[in-house]
Amino acid sequence: MCSYIVEKVKLLGSAKGPNGWMRIDTANVYYDHPFHSPLDHALGIDFINEAEGGRERVAVELSADSARCLVEKILAALASGEMAHATTAGATR
Amino acid sequence: MSYESMLAETIAFRGHNGDVGEAYYARPLGAGPWPGVVLIHHMPGWDEWIKEATRKLAHHGLPTISPHLYFREGPGSPDDVGARVRAAGGVPDEQVMGDVKGCMEFLRAQPYSNGKVGVIGFCSGGRHAYLAACTFPDIDAAVDCWGGNVIVDDKKQLNAKRPVAPIELTERIRCPLLGLFGNDDENPNRDQVNRTEAVLKKLGKDYEFHRYDGAGHAFFNASRLAYRPEQALDGWNKVIAFFQKHLATAAVARAA
Repeated sequence: MCSYIVEKVKLLGSAKGPNGWMRIDTANVYYDHPFHSPLDHALGIDFINEAEGGRERVAVELSADSARCLVEKILAALASGEMAHATTAGATR
Repeated sequence: MSYESMLAETIAFRGHNGDVGEAYYARPLGAGPWPGVVLIHHMPGWDEWIKEATRKLAHHGLPTISPHLYFREGPGSPDDVGARVRAAGGVPDEQVMGDVKGCMEFLRAQPYSNGKVGVIGFCSGGRHAYLAACTFPDIDAAVDCWGGNVIVDDKKQLNAKRPVAPIELTERIRCPLLGLFGNDDENPNRDQVNRTEAVLKKLGKDYEFHRYDGAGHAFFNASRLAYRPEQALDGWNKVIAFFQKHLATAAVARAA
């Protein structure tokens, strides 16, 4: 809705963009009119390396429901993965 | 059967502060005389649909220029450049008005110009079109297609880039104004459209507003699920008729 509201989160990671893998340090998150998705509004995330100027990005535009499902699955994957790795680490000690 | 022809291409234009940027320009081929139209793109950026809309107006005898309002954040693809602009909080109103002014001067400088210039904008560009009508007394006709934030209810949304709600400047409008809105739109919603119309009416402005049931935001845009073909067809007809009426020359009517 032309809000220009962008949530910014600092993060540590990598992303694969048009020029291959790159370090990323920021995600710009918004819910507004998308560029490519046919939706009226979409949850957009731009992964960028702000420290290097933020010129390249890895972008997604998701429906609101898709974004909520993704959030749940990210948390579920983290929970199960961290538990599994903790169990494996304990077993190998 | 008459022969039709059009030229559509990327050109350079001189905008705010004399900055040179890129624009998409489409015009019928021939001697004219024709009026010109400045088409202001929507918030997502300078995309394929905006260029289609530019060519559509040219097809109807209206040479139309669509400036890439985000060119200063380039180089890069319009979507990447648009992402940088979004992260920076958008483009300043003053800068957009300077770019619109540059495009108006470009149109009037063409040898086939009849001297008249209209402006049309979509989404945030609709707001810019309204603002341009308030800013430039030499605009001959303006079309606001579902421009949000013409009325700003939450004053905290005003900032250095968008310091004034366009509704506050309505007194300055000197040209006829056409407004098209979907009744299911959230920004502007029905109440805001009604309040905008009330101000125009109170101030005695020359305007016509059309509201469409079963349509929301961006209902012209065939690349979106929001597209509503019947309402869009009627709306386009109203836009073209409006420009032909207020920017009219015999040549325009013939080209359509």
